[in-house]
Amino acid sequence: MKVEIGKNLLCANADQADKNRELFRRRGAAVINIISSPGSGKTALLEKTAQLMGDKFKTGVIVGDLYTDRDARRLNSAGATAVQINTDGLCHLTAAMVFQAFKEIEPENPDLLFIENVGNLVCPAAFDLGENAKVALLSVAEGTDKPAKYPGIFREAAATVISKVDLLPYTDFDLTSCLTELKELNGKMEVFVTSARTGEGLAKWCRWLEEFAAATK
Amino acid sequence: MHEVSLIQALLDMVNKSAAENGVTKVNLVKLVVGEMHGAVPDALEFAFEVLTEGTVCAGAKLEVEKKLFLFRCDECGREFNPTGLSRRCPGCRTNVTTLVAGRELYVDYYEGD
Repeated sequence: MKVEIGKNLLCANADQADKNRELFRRRGAAVINIISSPGSGKTALLEKTAQLMGDKFKTGVIVGDLYTDRDARRLNSAGATAVQINTDGLCHLTAAMVFQAFKEIEPENPDLLFIENVGNLVCPAAFDLGENAKVALLSVAEGTDKPAKYPGIFREAAATVISKVDLLPYTDFDLTSCLTELKELNGKMEVFVTSARTGEGLAKWCRWLEEFAAATK
Repeated sequence: MHEVSLIQALLDMVNKSAAENGVTKVNLVKLVVGEMHGAVPDALEFAFEVLTEGTVCAGAKLEVEKKLFLFRCDECGREFNPTGLSRRCPGCRTNVTTLVAGRELYVDYYEGD
């Protein structure tokens, strides 16, 4: 006897992600899932973004880490409303975790919501959280080959932020060839060359966020 | 990636369906995995062997079909399997392309008595 099933193995997560997307839409929040390696500067980028966008947008951040609430404290000090999720060792956020965390942030009515995923370039790319777009982050200290080694996330991302460019003179990072490889992988993707420390490139990033938020509503 | 939890999800589905259909012994389970998921066949088979113990799937064969990446060119409509890093259209050379296959991750069917 042959029985057809045809059901997605991640359907529990996919169903919850669809519910999240609908909830975000009803609450008028444009949602970005930020994915990168550990230490590439996700929190620093979001601190600066919250400060720069402060008078235009109410910025919320759901931030995932294996342990500690240090990132949420930094983000709250920068003017964002941040909720920490501790995954207790799990290497990615799931749609159910994001749903629970959003309940805490919902009363603040954020119109721009970032989901700062656990630092990891592989697993988070496979788990839909109900976001409107994924953004990948890549610091120059990580090396030029990152997009070639982890093409999955750079292929899925609506934008890539190259961070810590103030460190370029001290590294062998080849910005031109990295930009070329990113374009080979995904010609639809926006790329921002930034430094959260010096502020370089952040105005352009914030303009893109404004357009993204307007187009999402 | 998460081979053990994927196989657990697969078994939850197959065991439930087998109970509903009066199947007491499953002989074959067919799984379709897109290239994007990078799931390792050996690890899937190992997880399957361990987790099926004591279930109706014990001793069944796991058949894994890999689906390669397939892209469609937004400009000329050509469909192609990319080679190497580039996702450029081999026809018109534009880099504006859309993924149409390679994202699959589902139980296709199972066979049993």
